[in-house]
Amino acid sequence: MDDLDALEAQSVFILREAFNKFDPIGLLWSLGKDSCVMIWLAKKAFLGRMPFPAVHLDTGKEFPEAYAFRDTYSKEWDLNLIADDCPPIEEVDASLPPASRFAARKSLGLQQAIDRYGFKALITGIRRDEQATRAKERVFSPRGVDNSWDFREQPPEFWDQYNTDFPPGTHVRVHPLLHWTEVDIWRYIERENIPMVPLYYAKNGQRFRSLGEIGITEPINSDATTIAEIIAELEATRDPERAGRTMDHETEDSFERLRTMGYL
Amino acid sequence: MSANTKARERAFPIVIVGHIDHGKSTLIGRMLHDTNSLPTGKVEELQTSCERRGAPFEWSFVLDALQLERDQAITVDSTQIWFHTETRRYVIIDAPGHREFLRNMVTGAASANAGVIVIDAEQGVSEQTRRHAYLLHLIGIPQVVVAINKMDLVDYSEERFKAVEAEMQAYLQEIGLEAQVMIPVAAMHGDNLAERSSNMSWYEGPTVTDALDAFPRAAAPIERPFRLPVQDVYRQDGRRLIVGRVESGQLKVGSDVTVWPTRRTAKVTSIEQWAAPDEATEVKAGQSVAITLDDELFIERGHVLTLPTAGPRSSNALSVKLFWLSRDPLRHGESLTLKLATAEYDVVVDSIDTVIDVGDLSRHRGNEVAQNGVAEITLRSRSDMTYDLFHDIPALGRAVLLDGYQVVGGCIIESGGDIETASRNLTAVPQSVKADERQAANGYPGAVLWMSGLSGAGKSTLAMALQRELFKRDINVYTLDGDNVRNGLNRDLGFSEEEREENIRRVAEVAKLFADSGTIVISAFIAPTNSARAQAREIIGDQFHEVFVSADMSVCESRDVKGLYAKARRGEIDDFTGISSPWEPPKNPDLEVNTGELSLDDSLVKMVSYIEQTILSNPK
Repeated sequence: MDDLDALEAQSVFILREAFNKFDPIGLLWSLGKDSCVMIWLAKKAFLGRMPFPAVHLDTGKEFPEAYAFRDTYSKEWDLNLIADDCPPIEEVDASLPPASRFAARKSLGLQQAIDRYGFKALITGIRRDEQATRAKERVFSPRGVDNSWDFREQPPEFWDQYNTDFPPGTHVRVHPLLHWTEVDIWRYIERENIPMVPLYYAKNGQRFRSLGEIGITEPINSDATTIAEIIAELEATRDPERAGRTMDHETEDSFERLRTMGYL
Repeated sequence: MSANTKARERAFPIVIVGHIDHGKSTLIGRMLHDTNSLPTGKVEELQTSCERRGAPFEWSFVLDALQLERDQAITVDSTQIWFHTETRRYVIIDAPGHREFLRNMVTGAASANAGVIVIDAEQGVSEQTRRHAYLLHLIGIPQVVVAINKMDLVDYSEERFKAVEAEMQAYLQEIGLEAQVMIPVAAMHGDNLAERSSNMSWYEGPTVTDALDAFPRAAAPIERPFRLPVQDVYRQDGRRLIVGRVESGQLKVGSDVTVWPTRRTAKVTSIEQWAAPDEATEVKAGQSVAITLDDELFIERGHVLTLPTAGPRSSNALSVKLFWLSRDPLRHGESLTLKLATAEYDVVVDSIDTVIDVGDLSRHRGNEVAQNGVAEITLRSRSDMTYDLFHDIPALGRAVLLDGYQVVGGCIIESGGDIETASRNLTAVPQSVKADERQAANGYPGAVLWMSGLSGAGKSTLAMALQRELFKRDINVYTLDGDNVRNGLNRDLGFSEEEREENIRRVAEVAKLFADSGTIVISAFIAPTNSARAQAREIIGDQFHEVFVSADMSVCESRDVKGLYAKARRGEIDDFTGISSPWEPPKNPDLEVNTGELSLDDSLVKMVSYIEQTILSNPK
């Protein structure tokens, strides 16, 4: 087994644990590279078909290329797609800085999906190496009744014995990619030949390294048009992955505030 | 080695532990900087932030990225940080030093391949240092470096270093943990982290990064006996896929496997994959797999597949070494859940045998184990637990303990054989009247005629007629009927796949009790799957006779005595066998009665003649 095999095996193990323990369960599909890899891993875990819905929290502000990708691959991958509109921006806490407030629509959309479909757990594609706050996550991470995250009172998690029993009202986030890095993701995409939204590949000297919505995501300068070139670029760079995500940097703690409020 | 090659290798996980003020986070922050592993602008960002707060910059801020932590000046939870040396990539699990946060340390440390213990040269070995070292040993971290920090505060004194080194060495030796090397460092200034210190020319050993680079990677235990704890069983296209992660050893298609605890054996027919380049013919430790078997044995989550020749241990009592994480102390007699591989057992704390003081390593008897305490205890379960010793196969020799929803501790199994035989009969009281005595008195043995078939196949009609016929012959007979049991014993169960299996399990247990009492039991249930019937056969044993009441679905549907097919076709019944829920006809029944072709009388004659031949005159 090489290291990608080991990563894949661990993620498949986590997905199977989640499916065994939580019903109903869904997978959050942002259309980005990480959640596409996660769907691929789910197809491996369940031998061809993902046995739970892919949930896209739709703000109406994805790039056209992302919508086209969603329409093509929800069919190609035989997904049970849920793509409801997120609540309007007027319903979001107005004290948040503009981009964070926009991003927080997803938190409301998430709460709406949980209420509407009764999901006891949701699988999301966050990784520890993305951002300092995410580094403190558990693989199975309980949320309070209001969907908030208390990182100081997290249960112990060791020896791959995940916490799967919680008091009624607890909602659980499952993180099968927590131990992957950005380069791991691209090497796996390369090996498995997983289709991606074309915006990840450079056009006119720019590409998206982290893909969010129109208006709150900026491309980076890059000439990487192939996966191999992206990997080479990532191995050389010391810039953080989410540098192009406006809401992470508006104020020192904006991303942390979003997270404790239930953002991914 | 080029950056490119480095990235092709999994990061090497290490844990860094130590007393809260001994400089762990400073060591990590500085090491990230000195190995050129920080993102552009990180240090500048933090320096600006410090200026704004009017506080001096500290290296530990690199890790304490959350605002709240900066306010409290404590690392709250284990954080993973990546860095790289010339040789390879690392992921550091920064385990917090605060005493109350031990559970977070365990969370981080349990996944590490090696540990670094940080000790303040001025303060020396503290109670917390000992506790952390003991836990590293207990959770199975095999390789350790000791960094004796803040050498700048003791004037880089070799004498002081030697004193702390000797103190720590003595402790480690006693607990059986060997430190590869002890290194004098001054983390704040970077001495002997990634760069050799010019302040301690008396020290000739490796730097911290050199020492880490020398650690070999933990290998998947492929050479150990094969163990596949069952995670789940999926049904797909009429096949049953047994899924799980291989924890040790390897297995080839065509091999026999034994299922624990049922000890039944079947042959591996295939290894299933999706989007894999080649067909798999073997599986190895570390892989998450899906396999099929040639026999539909009763298998469920928590069972363990092994090779027939090298099985695990099995006992209803375990002697374990425990670390206790709950604020409430552990007491004798307490009921807990033991999660061991994929199995969950209800256990009772049978005895607290020895409480270990990790400070001076003294052992004494005690009535309770306090938070963060270590002890040897005995756990007892009503059913047999499948396990291995920790040093043989770690994944099956360690377990997590839960009290309700809370994870309250972890334990490793260091020995097990000696209490096994003594405890085996404690829960089962031997009957004073034996089965052969009952058989001699009645003239026939107890038995279970397990009739299965689609709804409308005529199971209940046939069962009632048979019961009347046997009763006329003075035979003790009783019929367990699906609907009757569902109105009473099993009224809490619905019709999902799990609930159907539980329904069948309970019916089988009741049928067994009747049969043990000498009665001939007729059971009439749909029992739609081979695994459900295999489970019933498992529970009932030799007294089990499988009768397949076969009738084509079209015949059953045309009878539709209860109007259920019509409802199911209209979509008014979820999970209706044969229509919206799977039906697997029995493969090798002891008797098949086709009620579509035979009249009720002929069907009855066929059954009575089977009973005369196999039970009344030729008892099993």
